[in-house]
Amino acid sequence: MSTPILQTKALCRSFGAVTAARDLDVTIAPGEIVGVIGSNGAGKTTFINMVTGYLPPSSGQILFEGRSILGKPPRAIIRMGMARSFQVAQLFPELTVLENMLIALVAAEGPRPSFILPMATAKRVRQAKDLLEEFGVERFGDSVVSAVPQGARKLIDIAMALISTPRMLLLDEPTSGVSVEEKFGLMDTVMRAVRRHGVTVLFVEHDMEIVERYVSRVLAFYSGEIISDGTPSQVFADEKVRELVIGHGHATDKKRNMA
Amino acid sequence: MIHIDRSMVGLAAATLILAAMGGFVPDWLAFILTLALAKALVVQGVVLQMRAGLVSFGQGLFFCVGGYAVGMGGQFFGIHDAPLLLVVGALAAVALAAVLGLLMTRYRDIFFAMLSLALSMILFGVLVKSSDLGSTDGFNVHPATFFGHSFSNESYKSVLYLLTVFLAGGGALILHMVHHSGLGRIWEAIRENEIRVEYLGLSPRWLLYANYLLAAAFAALGGGLTALATGHIDPEMAFWTTSGEFVFIALLGGTAHVAAPFIAAILFAFVRTYAIEFTPHTWQMILGFVLLGIIVFLPKGLWSLVQSKRRAKA
Repeated sequence: MSTPILQTKALCRSFGAVTAARDLDVTIAPGEIVGVIGSNGAGKTTFINMVTGYLPPSSGQILFEGRSILGKPPRAIIRMGMARSFQVAQLFPELTVLENMLIALVAAEGPRPSFILPMATAKRVRQAKDLLEEFGVERFGDSVVSAVPQGARKLIDIAMALISTPRMLLLDEPTSGVSVEEKFGLMDTVMRAVRRHGVTVLFVEHDMEIVERYVSRVLAFYSGEIISDGTPSQVFADEKVRELVIGHGHATDKKRNMA
Repeated sequence: MIHIDRSMVGLAAATLILAAMGGFVPDWLAFILTLALAKALVVQGVVLQMRAGLVSFGQGLFFCVGGYAVGMGGQFFGIHDAPLLLVVGALAAVALAAVLGLLMTRYRDIFFAMLSLALSMILFGVLVKSSDLGSTDGFNVHPATFFGHSFSNESYKSVLYLLTVFLAGGGALILHMVHHSGLGRIWEAIRENEIRVEYLGLSPRWLLYANYLLAAAFAALGGGLTALATGHIDPEMAFWTTSGEFVFIALLGGTAHVAAPFIAAILFAFVRTYAIEFTPHTWQMILGFVLLGIIVFLPKGLWSLVQSKRRAKA
């Protein structure tokens, strides 16, 4: 068996008396598309934050491609080949979309950017425009980020994360704040891009239709623990998940009944 | 590959025009311009930090280090060449900034501003208590040589003016490149969203550390030139009102272009000179009204006038 791209062993995190993550044992193989579901406060974002170095775990181990990333700052983990996007797109709001992409390109070239050579070289501008085109947001290139719609910001956030050519991408609620009409288009674009770049994906999502359509495996969180792990149909059929996470009469149920 | 743009040509032309002016402007005007350009170099450092989201109310610290390095180099260490003294001043400031930067880059916003002020006031206090360095009176700086050549009093002022103009011009060209470089734009990105910069694989803290060192070098250069021009140094150089003046000029000019601090420093020098001459007891009030007017009507500084004119043309 090949080395898992991500493995956590007995990962725990407490905030005072509240346990946000309890003995999380997760193993993700290269190439998997994994969805993380759970109600608010279930520990999904805490899990992503620990894995990407934003939050130190209280105990446990995190291995990325077999190497421990415990205690490493986010920038070191990113340089090892992981990337993430955020629930609220984390961009540079007063700079243009193209400038955001160019900054990500400069950053991807190394930790010590040049202090004399210009950022906007013809090569970088072409690369940035190609990526914006791939994500269908090239028309916003010259707009400042604060003037760009939410859905486009999400795509730009993910496009920036992919610039560092990561081997694993963690997406925190990629469709939150995006209209119902836009969400499938957004996810189609993202999944097309991640497949083209050959990236393993783990994403947190509240929308079960999105999870069912795009992932090959689901981790269901409840109260800081993983209560179910399997294919979408297995997890959605799990009585515990239906009761504690998605609720009875959810859209996924209705679809099954209709079928 | 370095790309020569319109701004760089403009800066080079302005440098040559200012240098040529040295041949026919009266001494008093050359003196005011020398001090204004020296001050503008310090302000360039303040602007450099502002572009990265930091406001220093203590840049007088490095301004003072540059000035005292020039004075002490001549007085105590037998260094009499102006360019060498300026290099020594800049190196001393960078060495001090290398130590202080380890602490300063941990702080942001008001904490950075107040800590920078506190550090400059510590130097002020040390100098005030140092009788060997003239205490509150400071001491006089001996006229220096320029690459081994000494000049008469009149020629000395002209040569110093030329040196200041070329250092200001050269500094502006370098900073223009820095502002448009990968690092310069990432400093702006840090101001906008530090977390994202970290998640692009960069260390905001160490990048700000580089910013802090560069700002210190420019401040020391300005301090050294001021010491050479006035022939005197005193602890006031590190006093908080001196640092406040640099922030004032930075706000007056704006942060959008390297030319802005020079325009603002020259305007500030003239407003202050004439305000003191015509209303010696209320000149601070006049400066206060000028700043108030700028903040209310031109919140992005004088350079926003140039930008809006360019936009209208486009």
